[in-house]
Amino acid sequence: MTNTPNPALMSAGTRTMVKADSVDKNYGSLHVLKDINLDIAAGEVVCLIGPSGSGKSTLLRCINHLERIDGGRMWVDDKVVGYDIKGTKLHEQKDADIRRNRADIGMVFQHFNLFPHMTVLENLIEAPRQVLKQKKTDIIPRALQLLKRVGLADKASAYPRQLSGGQQQRVAIARALCMEPKLMLFDEPTSALDPELVGEVLKVMKDLAQSGMTMVVVTHEMNFARDVADRVIFMAEGTIIEQGPAQQIIRNPQNERTRAFLNSVL
Amino acid sequence: MATIAPTQTPRRSPDDYTTVKAKYLGRWVSGAVILVLAALALQSVVTNSRFGWETVGKYIRDVSIVNGIAVTLMLTAVSMLIGIVLGVVMAVMRLSHNPVVRAAASSYVNFFRGTPVLVQLLFWYNLAALYPVISFGIPGVALDANQIITPITAAILGLGLNQGAYMSEIVRAGILSVDHGQAEAAGALGISRFRTMQRIILPQAMKVIIPPTGNETIGMLKTTSLVSVISVPELLYSSQIIYARTFETIPLLIVASIWYIIITSVLSIGQYYLERRYAKGNQRNLPLTPWQSITLFFTTHHRAHRQGGTR
Repeated sequence: MTNTPNPALMSAGTRTMVKADSVDKNYGSLHVLKDINLDIAAGEVVCLIGPSGSGKSTLLRCINHLERIDGGRMWVDDKVVGYDIKGTKLHEQKDADIRRNRADIGMVFQHFNLFPHMTVLENLIEAPRQVLKQKKTDIIPRALQLLKRVGLADKASAYPRQLSGGQQQRVAIARALCMEPKLMLFDEPTSALDPELVGEVLKVMKDLAQSGMTMVVVTHEMNFARDVADRVIFMAEGTIIEQGPAQQIIRNPQNERTRAFLNSVL
Repeated sequence: MATIAPTQTPRRSPDDYTTVKAKYLGRWVSGAVILVLAALALQSVVTNSRFGWETVGKYIRDVSIVNGIAVTLMLTAVSMLIGIVLGVVMAVMRLSHNPVVRAAASSYVNFFRGTPVLVQLLFWYNLAALYPVISFGIPGVALDANQIITPITAAILGLGLNQGAYMSEIVRAGILSVDHGQAEAAGALGISRFRTMQRIILPQAMKVIIPPTGNETIGMLKTTSLVSVISVPELLYSSQIIYARTFETIPLLIVASIWYIIITSVLSIGQYYLERRYAKGNQRNLPLTPWQSITLFFTTHHRAHRQGGTR
Protein backbone atom coordinates (compact mmCIF):
# COMPACT_ATOMS: atom_id res chain seq x y z
CA MET A 1 0.00 0.00 0.00
CA THR A 2 0.96 3.60 -0.25
CA ASN A 3 0.72 4.06 3.51
CA THR A 4 3.94 5.11 5.12
CA PRO A 5 4.59 3.85 8.65
CA ASN A 6 3.94 6.28 11.43
CA PRO A 7 7.39 7.25 12.76
CA ALA A 8 5.99 7.63 16.28
CA LEU A 9 5.01 3.98 16.24
CA MET A 10 8.34 2.72 14.94
CA SER A 11 10.24 3.91 18.02
CA ALA A 12 8.04 1.95 20.41
CA GLY A 13 9.35 -1.35 21.67
CA THR A 14 6.27 -3.41 21.00
CA ARG A 15 4.18 -3.21 17.86
CA THR A 16 1.26 -0.83 18.17
CA MET A 17 -1.99 -2.27 16.81
CA VAL A 18 -4.33 0.69 17.28
CA LYS A 19 -3.42 4.34 17.63
CA ALA A 20 -5.87 7.19 17.97
CA ASP A 21 -4.37 10.63 17.47
CA SER A 22 -6.65 13.53 18.57
CA VAL A 23 -9.73 11.77 17.23
CA ASP A 24 -12.89 13.87 17.00
CA LYS A 25 -16.35 12.74 16.02
CA ASN A 26 -19.64 14.63 15.77
CA TYR A 27 -23.19 13.50 15.18
CA GLY A 28 -24.64 16.76 13.91
CA SER A 29 -24.16 19.20 16.77
CA LEU A 30 -23.44 16.40 19.25
CA HIS A 31 -19.71 16.12 19.98
CA VAL A 32 -19.42 12.40 20.77
CA LEU A 33 -15.64 11.97 20.74
CA LYS A 34 -13.39 14.80 21.94
CA ASP A 35 -9.68 14.69 21.22
CA ILE A 36 -9.17 10.98 21.93
CA ASN A 37 -5.55 9.82 22.19
CA LEU A 38 -4.95 6.12 22.60
CA ASP A 39 -2.34 3.44 21.95
CA ILE A 40 -3.13 -0.24 22.02
CA ALA A 41 -0.23 -2.69 21.68
CA ALA A 42 -0.41 -5.94 19.76
CA GLY A 43 -1.64 -8.70 22.06
CA GLU A 44 -3.14 -6.27 24.53
CA VAL A 45 -6.70 -6.70 25.86
CA VAL A 46 -8.38 -3.36 26.52
CA CYS A 47 -11.82 -2.88 28.04
CA LEU A 48 -13.71 0.34 27.42
CA ILE A 49 -16.14 1.11 30.22
CA GLY A 50 -18.35 4.05 31.02
CA PRO A 51 -21.94 5.23 31.15
CA SER A 52 -24.13 4.94 28.04
CA GLY A 53 -23.61 7.83 25.66
CA SER A 54 -19.99 8.21 26.74
CA GLY A 55 -18.74 7.46 23.21
CA LYS A 56 -17.12 4.06 23.87
CA SER A 57 -19.09 2.23 21.17
CA THR A 58 -18.50 5.07 18.74
CA LEU A 59 -14.74 4.92 19.41
CA LEU A 60 -14.82 1.18 18.74
CA ARG A 61 -16.71 1.69 15.48
CA CYS A 62 -14.21 4.35 14.38
CA ILE A 63 -11.42 1.76 14.61
CA ASN A 64 -12.84 -0.25 11.69
CA HIS A 65 -14.31 2.82 10.00
CA LEU A 66 -17.94 1.87 10.49
CA GLU A 67 -18.02 5.47 11.63
CA ARG A 68 -16.05 8.19 9.88
CA ILE A 69 -13.98 10.41 12.15
CA ASP A 70 -14.24 14.16 11.72
CA GLY A 71 -10.85 15.15 13.10
CA GLY A 72 -7.50 13.65 14.06
CA ARG A 73 -6.33 10.34 12.75
CA MET A 74 -6.82 6.66 13.48
CA TRP A 75 -4.14 4.07 12.77
CA VAL A 76 -4.53 0.30 12.69
CA ASP A 77 -1.33 -1.72 12.36
CA ASP A 78 0.62 1.27 11.01
CA LYS A 79 -1.97 2.17 8.41
CA VAL A 80 -4.23 5.20 8.50
CA VAL A 81 -7.85 4.09 8.73
CA GLY A 82 -9.96 5.23 5.79
CA TYR A 83 -7.25 7.17 3.93
CA ASP A 84 -4.26 6.64 1.68
CA ILE A 85 -1.28 8.92 2.16
CA LYS A 86 0.22 10.27 -1.06
CA GLY A 87 2.89 12.89 -0.44
CA THR A 88 1.37 15.42 1.88
CA LYS A 89 -2.21 14.54 1.00
CA LEU A 90 -4.67 12.15 2.58
CA HIS A 91 -6.82 10.55 -0.07
CA GLU A 92 -10.15 9.22 1.10
CA GLN A 93 -10.35 5.51 0.40
CA LYS A 94 -13.08 4.10 -1.77
CA ASP A 95 -15.76 1.96 -0.22
CA ALA A 96 -14.26 -1.22 -1.70
CA ASP A 97 -10.82 -0.49 -0.14
CA ILE A 98 -12.35 0.36 3.22
CA ARG A 99 -14.17 -2.96 3.21
CA ARG A 100 -11.05 -4.86 2.18
CA ASN A 101 -9.13 -3.34 5.10
CA ARG A 102 -11.86 -4.43 7.49
CA ALA A 103 -11.17 -8.05 6.58
CA ASP A 104 -8.28 -7.95 9.09
CA ILE A 105 -10.47 -6.64 11.90
CA GLY A 106 -13.07 -8.91 13.45
CA MET A 107 -16.13 -7.38 15.03
CA VAL A 108 -18.72 -8.85 17.38
CA PHE A 109 -22.00 -6.99 17.83
CA GLN A 110 -24.40 -6.64 20.73
CA HIS A 111 -27.21 -8.27 18.72
CA PHE A 112 -24.99 -10.96 17.12
CA ASN A 113 -26.18 -10.09 13.58
CA LEU A 114 -25.79 -13.63 12.33
CA PHE A 115 -27.20 -14.24 8.87
CA PRO A 116 -30.49 -15.98 9.71
CA HIS A 117 -31.01 -17.58 6.29
CA MET A 118 -27.70 -19.45 6.51
CA THR A 119 -26.61 -22.35 8.69
CA VAL A 120 -23.94 -21.81 11.31
CA LEU A 121 -21.28 -23.26 9.01
CA GLU A 122 -22.45 -21.11 6.08
CA ASN A 123 -22.26 -18.05 8.34
CA LEU A 124 -18.59 -18.83 8.97
CA ILE A 125 -17.74 -19.63 5.34
CA GLU A 126 -19.43 -16.67 3.66
CA ALA A 127 -16.89 -13.89 4.25
CA PRO A 128 -13.67 -15.92 3.69
CA ARG A 129 -15.17 -17.06 0.39
CA GLN A 130 -16.43 -13.68 -0.79
CA VAL A 131 -13.66 -11.47 0.57
CA LEU A 132 -10.52 -13.61 0.83
CA LYS A 133 -11.54 -15.64 -2.27
CA GLN A 134 -10.64 -18.85 -0.49
CA LYS A 135 -11.98 -22.22 -1.59
CA LYS A 136 -14.86 -23.70 0.38
CA THR A 137 -12.91 -26.92 0.93
CA ASP A 138 -10.06 -24.90 2.45
CA ILE A 139 -12.33 -22.95 4.77
CA ILE A 140 -14.49 -25.78 6.13
CA PRO A 141 -11.80 -27.51 8.26
CA ARG A 142 -10.85 -24.16 9.80
CA ALA A 143 -14.52 -23.28 10.40
CA LEU A 144 -15.22 -26.62 12.09
CA GLN A 145 -12.10 -26.19 14.22
CA LEU A 146 -13.33 -22.77 15.34
CA LEU A 147 -16.80 -24.12 16.14
CA LYS A 148 -15.13 -26.75 18.29
CA ARG A 149 -13.12 -24.02 20.00
CA VAL A 150 -16.28 -22.10 20.95
CA GLY A 151 -17.95 -25.35 22.04
CA LEU A 152 -20.45 -25.64 19.20
CA ALA A 153 -18.99 -28.44 17.09
CA ASP A 154 -22.39 -30.15 16.93
CA LYS A 155 -24.25 -27.04 15.73
CA ALA A 156 -22.60 -26.61 12.32
CA SER A 157 -25.78 -27.37 10.40
CA ALA A 158 -28.18 -25.56 12.76
CA TYR A 159 -29.82 -22.26 11.85
CA PRO A 160 -29.24 -19.25 14.14
CA ARG A 161 -32.89 -19.15 15.30
CA GLN A 162 -32.48 -22.68 16.69
CA LEU A 163 -29.71 -21.49 19.03
CA SER A 164 -29.81 -19.66 22.34
CA GLY A 165 -28.49 -16.11 22.52
CA GLY A 166 -25.25 -17.29 24.11
CA GLN A 167 -24.73 -19.87 21.39
CA GLN A 168 -25.47 -17.30 18.70
CA GLN A 169 -22.91 -14.92 20.11
CA ARG A 170 -20.30 -17.69 20.23
CA VAL A 171 -21.05 -18.41 16.56
CA ALA A 172 -20.62 -14.69 15.85
CA ILE A 173 -17.20 -14.80 17.51
CA ALA A 174 -16.26 -17.87 15.45
CA ARG A 175 -17.50 -16.13 12.30
CA ALA A 176 -15.22 -13.16 12.98
CA LEU A 177 -12.27 -15.44 13.79
CA CYS A 178 -12.77 -17.39 10.55
CA MET A 179 -11.39 -14.33 8.73
CA GLU A 180 -8.17 -14.81 10.73
CA PRO A 181 -8.14 -11.20 11.98
CA LYS A 182 -5.24 -9.51 13.76
CA LEU A 183 -7.58 -7.45 15.93
CA MET A 184 -10.95 -8.21 17.47
CA LEU A 185 -13.53 -5.58 18.43
CA PHE A 186 -16.40 -6.45 20.78
CA ASP A 187 -19.33 -4.04 21.05
CA GLU A 188 -21.18 -4.93 24.28
CA PRO A 189 -21.14 -8.63 23.38
CA THR A 190 -23.12 -9.79 26.43
CA SER A 191 -25.58 -6.90 26.87
CA ALA A 192 -28.40 -8.60 24.93
CA LEU A 193 -28.04 -11.93 26.71
CA ASP A 194 -30.04 -13.49 29.50
CA PRO A 195 -27.91 -13.42 32.67
CA GLU A 196 -27.33 -17.19 32.73
CA LEU A 197 -25.90 -17.11 29.19
CA VAL A 198 -23.33 -14.37 29.79
CA GLY A 199 -20.74 -16.70 31.32
CA GLU A 200 -20.35 -19.01 28.31
CA VAL A 201 -19.61 -16.04 26.02
CA LEU A 202 -17.17 -14.46 28.44
CA LYS A 203 -15.35 -17.79 28.77
CA VAL A 204 -14.81 -17.93 24.99
CA MET A 205 -13.55 -14.34 25.07
CA LYS A 206 -11.22 -15.12 27.96
CA ASP A 207 -9.75 -18.09 26.06
CA LEU A 208 -9.28 -15.85 23.06
CA ALA A 209 -7.52 -13.22 25.19
CA GLN A 210 -5.17 -15.86 26.60
CA SER A 211 -4.31 -17.01 23.08
CA GLY A 212 -2.71 -13.61 22.49
CA MET A 213 -5.36 -11.92 20.35
CA THR A 214 -5.46 -8.12 20.45
CA MET A 215 -8.90 -7.24 21.77
CA VAL A 216 -10.84 -4.04 22.34
CA VAL A 217 -13.99 -4.74 24.34
CA VAL A 218 -16.80 -2.36 25.16
CA THR A 219 -18.47 -3.95 28.16
CA HIS A 220 -20.47 -3.54 31.33
CA GLU A 221 -19.06 -6.77 32.79
CA MET A 222 -16.73 -5.37 35.42
CA ASN A 223 -15.61 -8.79 36.64
CA PHE A 224 -14.53 -9.68 33.12
CA ALA A 225 -12.69 -6.38 32.77
CA ARG A 226 -10.93 -6.89 36.09
CA ASP A 227 -9.93 -10.51 35.43
CA VAL A 228 -9.14 -10.53 31.72
CA ALA A 229 -8.24 -7.04 30.58
CA ASP A 230 -4.66 -5.76 30.62
CA ARG A 231 -5.95 -2.23 30.69
CA VAL A 232 -9.27 -0.56 31.46
CA ILE A 233 -10.25 2.77 29.98
CA PHE A 234 -13.04 4.75 31.59
CA MET A 235 -14.83 7.14 29.25
CA ALA A 236 -17.48 9.78 29.91
CA GLU A 237 -18.96 12.46 27.67
CA GLY A 238 -16.65 11.66 24.76
CA THR A 239 -13.36 11.82 26.61
CA ILE A 240 -11.03 9.36 28.34
CA ILE A 241 -11.34 10.20 32.02
CA GLU A 242 -9.01 7.62 33.46
CA GLN A 243 -7.09 4.57 32.29
CA GLY A 244 -4.66 2.09 33.71
CA PRO A 245 -4.13 -1.55 34.70
CA ALA A 246 -7.48 -3.29 35.11
CA GLN A 247 -7.10 -4.19 38.80
CA GLN A 248 -6.07 -0.68 39.73
CA ILE A 249 -8.85 1.12 37.84
CA ILE A 250 -11.61 -1.15 39.12
CA ARG A 251 -10.38 -1.65 42.69
CA ASN A 252 -8.86 1.73 43.29
CA PRO A 253 -10.07 4.40 40.86
CA GLN A 254 -8.48 7.81 41.31
CA ASN A 255 -11.02 9.98 39.50
CA GLU A 256 -14.24 11.03 41.18
CA ARG A 257 -16.41 10.15 38.15
CA THR A 258 -14.83 6.73 37.72
CA ARG A 259 -15.55 6.03 41.36
CA ALA A 260 -19.18 7.16 41.01
CA PHE A 261 -19.67 5.01 37.90
CA LEU A 262 -18.11 1.92 39.43
CA ASN A 263 -20.18 2.36 42.59
CA SER A 264 -23.34 2.41 40.48
CA VAL A 265 -22.55 -0.76 38.51
CA LEU A 266 -20.75 -2.97 41.02
CA MET B 1 -80.24 -49.82 55.11
CA ALA B 2 -79.47 -48.23 51.80
CA THR B 3 -75.85 -47.89 51.03
CA ILE B 4 -74.64 -44.34 51.04
CA ALA B 5 -73.26 -43.21 47.74
CA PRO B 6 -69.50 -42.88 47.98
CA THR B 7 -68.58 -39.27 48.52
CA GLN B 8 -65.68 -39.63 46.18
CA THR B 9 -66.40 -40.35 42.53
CA PRO B 10 -64.14 -43.00 41.05
CA ARG B 11 -60.89 -41.64 39.74
CA ARG B 12 -60.90 -41.18 35.99
CA SER B 13 -58.04 -40.67 33.59
CA PRO B 14 -58.17 -37.40 31.58
CA ASP B 15 -58.86 -39.47 28.46
CA ASP B 16 -62.32 -40.42 29.77
CA TYR B 17 -63.60 -36.85 29.42
CA THR B 18 -64.83 -35.16 26.27
CA THR B 19 -65.00 -31.40 25.98
CA VAL B 20 -68.26 -29.92 24.63
CA LYS B 21 -67.63 -26.82 22.60
CA ALA B 22 -69.60 -23.67 23.50
CA LYS B 23 -72.67 -23.22 21.26
CA TYR B 24 -73.12 -19.95 19.45
CA LEU B 25 -76.71 -19.78 18.13
CA GLY B 26 -76.07 -16.49 16.29
CA ARG B 27 -73.36 -18.04 14.16
CA TRP B 28 -75.69 -20.79 12.97
CA VAL B 29 -78.51 -18.30 12.24
CA SER B 30 -76.33 -15.90 10.27
CA GLY B 31 -74.88 -18.84 8.38
CA ALA B 32 -78.37 -20.08 7.49
CA VAL B 33 -79.54 -16.62 6.31
CA ILE B 34 -76.56 -16.31 3.99
CA LEU B 35 -77.12 -19.80 2.58
CA VAL B 36 -80.77 -18.98 1.80
CA LEU B 37 -79.79 -15.74 0.02
CA ALA B 38 -77.14 -17.61 -1.93
CA ALA B 39 -79.68 -20.24 -2.99
CA LEU B 40 -82.08 -17.51 -4.22
CA ALA B 41 -79.32 -15.89 -6.25
CA LEU B 42 -78.32 -19.23 -7.73
CA GLN B 43 -81.93 -19.99 -8.67
CA SER B 44 -82.21 -16.69 -10.54
CA VAL B 45 -78.96 -17.34 -12.39
CA VAL B 46 -80.07 -20.81 -13.44
CA THR B 47 -83.65 -19.97 -14.46
CA ASN B 48 -83.04 -16.65 -16.29
CA SER B 49 -82.64 -17.86 -19.88
CA ARG B 50 -80.91 -14.61 -20.90
CA PHE B 51 -77.73 -15.82 -19.24
CA GLY B 52 -77.52 -18.16 -22.22
CA TRP B 53 -75.88 -21.09 -20.50
CA GLU B 54 -76.07 -23.25 -23.66
CA THR B 55 -74.04 -20.61 -25.52
CA VAL B 56 -71.59 -20.45 -22.62
CA GLY B 57 -71.16 -24.22 -22.85
CA LYS B 58 -70.70 -24.00 -26.61
CA TYR B 59 -67.89 -21.42 -26.46
CA ILE B 60 -66.15 -22.28 -23.19
CA ARG B 61 -63.61 -24.49 -24.96
CA ASP B 62 -63.70 -22.72 -28.32
CA VAL B 63 -60.32 -22.68 -30.10
CA SER B 64 -60.06 -18.89 -30.19
CA ILE B 65 -60.96 -18.68 -26.49
CA VAL B 66 -58.28 -21.22 -25.60
CA ASN B 67 -55.77 -19.35 -27.75
CA GLY B 68 -56.83 -16.18 -25.93
CA ILE B 69 -56.09 -17.86 -22.59
CA ALA B 70 -52.62 -18.77 -23.86
CA VAL B 71 -51.96 -15.14 -24.84
CA THR B 72 -53.27 -13.91 -21.47
CA LEU B 73 -51.00 -16.30 -19.57
CA MET B 74 -48.01 -15.41 -21.73
CA LEU B 75 -48.62 -11.66 -21.24
CA THR B 76 -48.98 -12.16 -17.47
CA ALA B 77 -45.77 -14.18 -17.18
CA VAL B 78 -43.62 -11.98 -19.43
CA SER B 79 -44.89 -8.69 -17.95
CA MET B 80 -44.37 -9.93 -14.39
CA LEU B 81 -40.87 -11.10 -15.25
CA ILE B 82 -39.98 -7.71 -16.72
CA GLY B 83 -41.68 -6.04 -13.77
CA ILE B 84 -39.74 -8.04 -11.17
CA VAL B 85 -36.35 -7.50 -12.84
CA LEU B 86 -37.01 -3.78 -13.31
CA GLY B 87 -38.41 -3.59 -9.78
CA VAL B 88 -35.24 -5.01 -8.21
CA VAL B 89 -33.03 -2.73 -10.34
CA MET B 90 -35.10 0.37 -9.51
CA ALA B 91 -35.28 -0.50 -5.80
CA VAL B 92 -31.49 -0.88 -5.59
CA MET B 93 -31.05 2.34 -7.59
CA ARG B 94 -33.31 4.19 -5.15
CA LEU B 95 -31.00 3.13 -2.31
CA SER B 96 -27.88 4.28 -4.20
CA HIS B 97 -25.36 6.79 -2.84
CA ASN B 98 -25.50 8.65 -6.15
CA PRO B 99 -28.25 11.30 -6.06
CA VAL B 100 -28.60 11.30 -9.87
CA VAL B 101 -29.19 7.53 -9.90
CA ARG B 102 -31.68 7.90 -7.05
CA ALA B 103 -33.52 10.68 -8.83
CA ALA B 104 -33.67 8.68 -12.08
CA ALA B 105 -35.26 5.73 -10.33
CA SER B 106 -37.70 7.96 -8.45
CA SER B 107 -38.74 9.70 -11.65
CA TYR B 108 -39.33 6.35 -13.32
CA VAL B 109 -41.56 5.21 -10.47
CA ASN B 110 -43.40 8.55 -10.36
CA PHE B 111 -43.99 8.61 -14.08
CA PHE B 112 -45.29 5.06 -14.44
CA ARG B 113 -47.35 5.12 -11.28
CA GLY B 114 -48.67 8.58 -12.06
CA THR B 115 -50.19 7.75 -15.44
CA PRO B 116 -52.96 5.20 -16.08
CA VAL B 117 -51.68 1.97 -17.57
CA LEU B 118 -54.38 2.24 -20.26
CA VAL B 119 -52.89 5.54 -21.41
CA GLN B 120 -49.40 4.01 -21.39
CA LEU B 121 -50.60 1.12 -23.54
CA LEU B 122 -52.09 3.52 -26.09
CA PHE B 123 -48.85 5.50 -26.11
CA TRP B 124 -46.71 2.44 -26.84
CA TYR B 125 -49.19 1.30 -29.46
CA ASN B 126 -48.90 4.66 -31.22
CA LEU B 127 -45.14 5.00 -30.75
CA ALA B 128 -44.65 5.00 -34.51
CA ALA B 129 -46.45 8.33 -34.67
CA LEU B 130 -43.83 9.77 -32.30
CA TYR B 131 -40.73 8.01 -33.63
CA PRO B 132 -41.39 6.60 -37.10
CA VAL B 133 -37.79 5.36 -37.30
CA ILE B 134 -36.03 3.84 -34.30
CA SER B 135 -32.23 4.04 -34.45
CA PHE B 136 -31.24 3.89 -30.74
CA GLY B 137 -28.89 6.74 -31.71
CA ILE B 138 -26.58 4.27 -33.47
CA PRO B 139 -25.57 5.30 -36.99
CA GLY B 140 -26.65 2.82 -39.61
CA VAL B 141 -29.48 1.43 -37.48
CA ALA B 142 -32.88 2.41 -38.83
CA LEU B 143 -35.77 0.23 -37.75
CA ASP B 144 -39.32 0.82 -38.83
CA ALA B 145 -41.28 1.50 -35.64
CA ASN B 146 -44.47 0.21 -37.21
CA GLN B 147 -42.86 -3.19 -37.69
CA ILE B 148 -41.20 -3.45 -34.30
CA ILE B 149 -44.02 -2.15 -32.15
CA THR B 150 -46.63 -4.78 -32.85
CA PRO B 151 -49.67 -4.85 -30.56
CA ILE B 152 -47.99 -7.63 -28.56
CA THR B 153 -44.74 -5.70 -28.01
CA ALA B 154 -46.73 -2.59 -27.12
CA ALA B 155 -48.68 -4.66 -24.60
CA ILE B 156 -45.56 -6.22 -23.07
CA LEU B 157 -43.77 -2.85 -22.87
CA GLY B 158 -46.77 -1.12 -21.35
CA LEU B 159 -47.60 -3.77 -18.79
CA GLY B 160 -43.98 -4.65 -17.92
CA LEU B 161 -42.75 -1.07 -17.47
CA ASN B 162 -45.81 -0.16 -15.44
CA GLN B 163 -45.38 -3.24 -13.26
CA GLY B 164 -41.70 -2.41 -12.72
CA ALA B 165 -42.73 0.79 -10.96
CA TYR B 166 -45.03 -1.06 -8.55
CA MET B 167 -42.57 -3.90 -8.00
CA SER B 168 -39.80 -1.45 -7.11
CA GLU B 169 -41.90 -0.21 -4.19
CA ILE B 170 -42.46 -3.78 -3.02
CA VAL B 171 -38.80 -4.73 -3.34
CA ARG B 172 -37.73 -1.52 -1.61
CA ALA B 173 -40.06 -2.26 1.31
CA GLY B 174 -38.54 -5.75 1.45
CA ILE B 175 -34.97 -4.44 1.49
CA LEU B 176 -35.81 -1.87 4.17
CA SER B 177 -37.44 -4.60 6.28
CA VAL B 178 -34.08 -6.34 6.74
CA ASP B 179 -32.42 -5.27 9.98
CA HIS B 180 -29.62 -2.75 9.42
CA GLY B 181 -27.34 -4.91 11.56
CA GLN B 182 -27.18 -7.42 8.70
CA ALA B 183 -25.60 -4.94 6.29
CA GLU B 184 -23.33 -3.72 9.09
CA ALA B 185 -22.15 -7.23 9.97
CA ALA B 186 -21.48 -7.98 6.30
CA GLY B 187 -19.62 -4.67 5.97
CA ALA B 188 -17.54 -5.38 9.08
CA LEU B 189 -16.54 -8.72 7.55
CA GLY B 190 -15.41 -6.87 4.42
CA ILE B 191 -18.12 -8.20 2.09
CA SER B 192 -18.69 -5.82 -0.85
CA ARG B 193 -21.88 -3.80 -1.24
CA PHE B 194 -22.98 -5.83 -4.25
CA ARG B 195 -22.40 -9.19 -2.57
CA THR B 196 -24.07 -7.96 0.61
CA MET B 197 -27.18 -7.10 -1.37
CA GLN B 198 -27.11 -10.32 -3.38
CA ARG B 199 -26.18 -12.83 -0.68
CA ILE B 200 -27.35 -11.27 2.58
CA ILE B 201 -30.09 -8.66 2.09
CA LEU B 202 -32.22 -9.84 -0.85
CA PRO B 203 -32.62 -13.46 0.34
CA GLN B 204 -33.99 -12.13 3.63
CA ALA B 205 -36.13 -9.51 1.91
CA MET B 206 -37.90 -12.30 -0.02
CA LYS B 207 -40.10 -13.05 2.97
CA VAL B 208 -41.60 -9.57 2.63
CA ILE B 209 -41.45 -9.40 -1.19
CA ILE B 210 -43.10 -12.68 -2.17
CA PRO B 211 -46.64 -12.37 -0.73
CA PRO B 212 -47.46 -9.01 -2.39
CA THR B 213 -45.80 -10.23 -5.60
CA GLY B 214 -48.36 -13.05 -5.65
CA ASN B 215 -51.09 -10.41 -5.36
CA GLU B 216 -49.52 -8.41 -8.16
CA THR B 217 -49.44 -11.50 -10.39
CA ILE B 218 -53.15 -12.08 -9.87
CA GLY B 219 -53.76 -8.38 -10.51
CA MET B 220 -51.66 -8.56 -13.66
CA LEU B 221 -53.70 -11.47 -14.99
CA LYS B 222 -56.79 -9.27 -14.90
CA THR B 223 -54.98 -6.12 -16.06
CA THR B 224 -53.98 -7.91 -19.27
CA SER B 225 -57.64 -7.55 -20.33
CA LEU B 226 -56.86 -3.84 -20.88
CA VAL B 227 -54.74 -4.69 -23.91
CA SER B 228 -57.94 -5.64 -25.73
CA VAL B 229 -58.10 -1.92 -26.61
CA ILE B 230 -54.97 -2.30 -28.73
CA SER B 231 -56.44 -5.45 -30.32
CA VAL B 232 -54.14 -8.05 -28.77
CA PRO B 233 -56.10 -11.33 -29.07
CA GLU B 234 -56.01 -12.26 -25.38
CA LEU B 235 -58.94 -13.81 -23.51
CA LEU B 236 -61.24 -10.76 -23.41
CA TYR B 237 -60.53 -9.60 -26.96
CA SER B 238 -61.08 -13.17 -28.27
CA SER B 239 -64.51 -13.15 -26.62
CA GLN B 240 -65.25 -9.71 -28.04
CA ILE B 241 -64.39 -10.87 -31.56
CA ILE B 242 -66.94 -13.68 -31.23
CA TYR B 243 -69.78 -11.58 -29.81
CA ALA B 244 -69.17 -8.83 -32.34
CA ARG B 245 -70.16 -11.46 -34.90
CA THR B 246 -72.91 -13.34 -33.02
CA PHE B 247 -74.25 -10.59 -30.70
CA GLU B 248 -74.17 -13.10 -27.80
CA THR B 249 -72.52 -10.48 -25.61
CA ILE B 250 -73.50 -11.68 -22.12
CA PRO B 251 -72.73 -15.40 -22.62
CA LEU B 252 -69.28 -14.61 -23.99
CA LEU B 253 -68.49 -12.21 -21.18
CA ILE B 254 -69.49 -15.03 -18.84
CA VAL B 255 -67.13 -17.37 -20.72
CA ALA B 256 -64.27 -14.90 -20.22
CA SER B 257 -65.21 -14.36 -16.56
CA ILE B 258 -65.31 -18.09 -15.85
CA TRP B 259 -61.83 -18.51 -17.23
CA TYR B 260 -60.51 -15.49 -15.31
CA ILE B 261 -61.98 -16.93 -12.10
CA ILE B 262 -60.52 -20.37 -12.77
CA ILE B 263 -57.03 -19.02 -13.42
CA THR B 264 -57.04 -16.55 -10.52
CA SER B 265 -58.29 -19.33 -8.23
CA VAL B 266 -55.41 -21.57 -9.24
CA LEU B 267 -52.98 -18.68 -8.70
CA SER B 268 -54.58 -17.85 -5.33
CA ILE B 269 -54.14 -21.41 -4.12
CA GLY B 270 -50.51 -21.25 -5.18
CA GLN B 271 -50.11 -17.93 -3.40
CA TYR B 272 -51.81 -19.24 -0.27
CA TYR B 273 -49.35 -22.08 0.13
CA LEU B 274 -46.43 -19.83 -0.78
CA GLU B 275 -47.43 -17.46 2.02
CA ARG B 276 -47.83 -20.34 4.44
CA ARG B 277 -44.35 -21.46 3.53
CA TYR B 278 -42.89 -18.02 4.16
CA ALA B 279 -44.84 -17.65 7.41
CA LYS B 280 -42.77 -20.52 8.82
CA GLY B 281 -40.37 -19.42 11.48
CA ASN B 282 -42.41 -16.26 12.06
CA GLN B 283 -45.39 -17.92 13.68
CA ARG B 284 -45.40 -20.83 16.02
CA ASN B 285 -48.79 -22.01 14.78
CA LEU B 286 -49.34 -21.92 11.04
CA PRO B 287 -52.69 -20.55 9.87
CA LEU B 288 -55.30 -23.23 9.21
CA THR B 289 -55.92 -24.39 5.67
CA PRO B 290 -59.50 -23.68 4.50
CA TRP B 291 -60.43 -27.35 4.90
CA GLN B 292 -59.05 -27.42 8.43
CA SER B 293 -61.07 -24.36 9.43
CA ILE B 294 -64.31 -25.82 7.97
CA THR B 295 -63.89 -29.13 9.80
CA LEU B 296 -63.08 -27.23 12.97
CA PHE B 297 -66.31 -25.22 12.66
CA PHE B 298 -68.46 -28.34 12.33
CA THR B 299 -66.71 -30.17 15.13
CA THR B 300 -68.80 -30.00 18.30
CA HIS B 301 -66.90 -32.40 20.53
CA HIS B 302 -63.22 -32.76 21.23
CA ARG B 303 -61.43 -35.54 22.97
CA ALA B 304 -60.18 -33.85 26.10
CA HIS B 305 -56.54 -34.66 25.64
CA ARG B 306 -56.59 -33.34 22.09
CA GLN B 307 -57.62 -29.87 23.19
CA GLY B 308 -55.10 -27.32 22.01
CA GLY B 309 -53.32 -29.78 19.79
CA THR B 310 -50.02 -31.46 20.37
CA ARG B 311 -47.08 -29.46 21.54
